[in-house]
Amino acid sequence: MAEAVVLLDLWVSPFGQRCRIALAEKGVAYEYQEQDLDNKSPLLLQANPVHKKIPVLIHDGKPVCESLIIVQYIDEVWSDGAPLLPADPYARAQARFWGDFIDKKIYEYGTRLWKLKGEAHQEAKKEFIEILKVLEAELGDKKYFGGDAFGYVDIALVPFCAWFYTFETCGGFSVEAEAPKLVAWGKRCLERESVSKAFYDPVKVYEVLKQAYGFE
Amino acid sequence: MADVKLIGSALSPYVLRAMIALSLKKLEYELMQEKFGEKSELLLKSNPIYKKIPVLIHHDRPICESAVIVEYIDEVWPKSGWGAILPADAYHRSLHRFWTFYIDDKWFPSLVALGKAETEEAKAEAVERVRAGLLLLDEAFVKLSEGKAFFGGDRVAYLDVMFGCFANWIKAAEMLVSVELLDEATMPALHGWAVRFREHEAVKEVMPDSGKVLEFFKILQAKWKKDAADAKN
Repeated sequence: MAEAVVLLDLWVSPFGQRCRIALAEKGVAYEYQEQDLDNKSPLLLQANPVHKKIPVLIHDGKPVCESLIIVQYIDEVWSDGAPLLPADPYARAQARFWGDFIDKKIYEYGTRLWKLKGEAHQEAKKEFIEILKVLEAELGDKKYFGGDAFGYVDIALVPFCAWFYTFETCGGFSVEAEAPKLVAWGKRCLERESVSKAFYDPVKVYEVLKQAYGFE
Repeated sequence: MADVKLIGSALSPYVLRAMIALSLKKLEYELMQEKFGEKSELLLKSNPIYKKIPVLIHHDRPICESAVIVEYIDEVWPKSGWGAILPADAYHRSLHRFWTFYIDDKWFPSLVALGKAETEEAKAEAVERVRAGLLLLDEAFVKLSEGKAFFGGDRVAYLDVMFGCFANWIKAAEMLVSVELLDEATMPALHGWAVRFREHEAVKEVMPDSGKVLEFFKILQAKWKKDAADAKN
């Protein structure tokens, strides 16, 4: 029943996209509700009173918040679809570790590329490139972060591929030059329908971010 | 047989999470204490990304980040000791994980801010923020416990461990600033939970008393003050 699953989201949000990709991978029918964050709906405020943020998954009236918690929830509830987390506890621990790393680093350090100026900007650029190189090393020559199967870590990171253009433009570097394997991985992920459907043109994303954050 | 090693010290609430989990599972392990202010070769090798404790080493493979460690312990030893730590159903698991993230992202930093506050005004503001967070957690406790003893109901579960590790940090902070934070009058449910949690057999064995935590908190305070002064020069 599609009405039993509702996703409160914002089209350009990489956090929301993680949820859309997970739901698509599992073949779950759901109702997508675009939110106006300048004018928050009563449903959003009721579903996420603590943070008042998207995404929120509402399943049978019960709200689940925080994108990676939502992805884990989707994996656990719709367990007959292909698993998003590996079966082996050590591999699962690695996946959770990297999902958390991506959560701690990409948004925080990526957005510094346009929020900071001068020497601080140079430092931010160095730090962000370092983060990309760490992820590049972790990916190595694997097809996906988890190996042969597309999963949790891929879902955590892939929405940010649409932000690479913005990071490069504001940072003054090339993601392909610094992390070619990561770029190739991004293209491989885009071949999956679940990812391509949640993906928006990087230049369009740049325009939106430029407006939202007010950078030149 | 030290097949399981834990790098860290019970004085770190994040390490304490792992210790409580191991205690709940009644598992044997070797505790490898780090010296405050120094990082061992083993730590740097086991956690090259963050260079932080806790690190669990099982079959010579490192697992980092307290939340990841506790879930790992629960998955590898599902039935040992006191049994399952993560709740049985997916929705409750999501709530326990949600509040754990809230604690790590917002609440504990507010407690640290209290420790760093230098003026009376800053202290008062910090106290308000800590208490506001505790009120939210009190509300969450009422919902999740459903009238029973713990966040997990009758049994100590994930959120009990992930928040309970701070039980004596809250007491230490109260002694530090001479203000009640988790007070019985406004947060009776959460207050009662903290008392019960500290008394739990598996927790009593590993949790440092609030006097020791206060000592450590003061050492940290001095370090923060020095770091702040150094940053100004």
